[in-house]
Amino acid sequence: MYGWIWRTLPGGRPGKVLGSLALLAAVVALLFVYIFPAIEPLLPFSDVTVDTEEAGTLWFAVGLDLG
Amino acid sequence: MSRTGDVVRTGLRGIGQTLITLGLVMLLFCFYELKFTNVITDREQGRLTEELTSRWAQPVVPGEPAEPGELGLPGESAEPVPGAPDPAAPVVAPVARQLGSGFAIMRIPRLGRWNDKPPVVVEGVSVENLKRGPGHIPGTALPGEIGNVVISGHRTTYGGPFNRFDELRPGDAVVLETRDMWFTYQVTGSKIVAPTAVEVTLPVPGNATAIPTKRLLTMTTCNPKYSAKQRLIVSAEMVSAEPKGGAAPAALQGL
Repeated sequence: MYGWIWRTLPGGRPGKVLGSLALLAAVVALLFVYIFPAIEPLLPFSDVTVDTEEAGTLWFAVGLDLG
Repeated sequence: MSRTGDVVRTGLRGIGQTLITLGLVMLLFCFYELKFTNVITDREQGRLTEELTSRWAQPVVPGEPAEPGELGLPGESAEPVPGAPDPAAPVVAPVARQLGSGFAIMRIPRLGRWNDKPPVVVEGVSVENLKRGPGHIPGTALPGEIGNVVISGHRTTYGGPFNRFDELRPGDAVVLETRDMWFTYQVTGSKIVAPTAVEVTLPVPGNATAIPTKRLLTMTTCNPKYSAKQRLIVSAEMVSAEPKGGAAPAALQGL
């Protein structure tokens, strides 16, 4: 995969380096802005999938989010 | 060099690269949780502090709520429970009840430099609310009221405002600053409970039917650090309520 990307990027060596950095930045931004916040609640220490409307489960949700 | 060998080599390389990539993504996720979430909360707290100071600086217009949402949410009454003895009721400061908005600043002299950036407490304990700062559970008492003020905060990640709450000892002061008042609470004890121990949030902790007579503060966070297995509960009781304008409460002298 990485080999293919390197071969596909245009612009000779400088272009390839720049292109790689841009791709890397894009991937990191995607992860930080969308993917990590989305998967965070699915983890055991921040489980918000329980119903937060009821008093009993509210505590549960609150507590689990405090990890 | 056979054709089959090439296919196998390419396949294995693909799997290897995928695994390494996944490992890097997981490391990045750890960095996100442990470091980047602090940056998010720091920014939010800065915003909240600014909001709060500018809001507090404005005079209260008669007939209008001093803080947004003040007359909003039902089920929260500033009145003491009927029948409860209330000999020396202090003036209850109007505080915001708009979810996600800040309404109080918490200071704990025991924690020293922690007070350089005292956390702004927000209303609500949703995931989003708690990303901004420690959250007040809606429906529990407000600072200064009879009953139980319950505030939850992150132990780790998102600034970990309650990170060092295991260091609190009986007698330590916890000061809540609202628009008009300083409320000084004194820690009475702390304990570790199961995540299901909702009874600590009751107006009289542990007793669902008792009529509250004390002005309590309960702070909850997770325990041990980086786990959600248990909860650390720090209980406090109000010892003084002073209107702002004069000197800061005695507990804060020397901070």
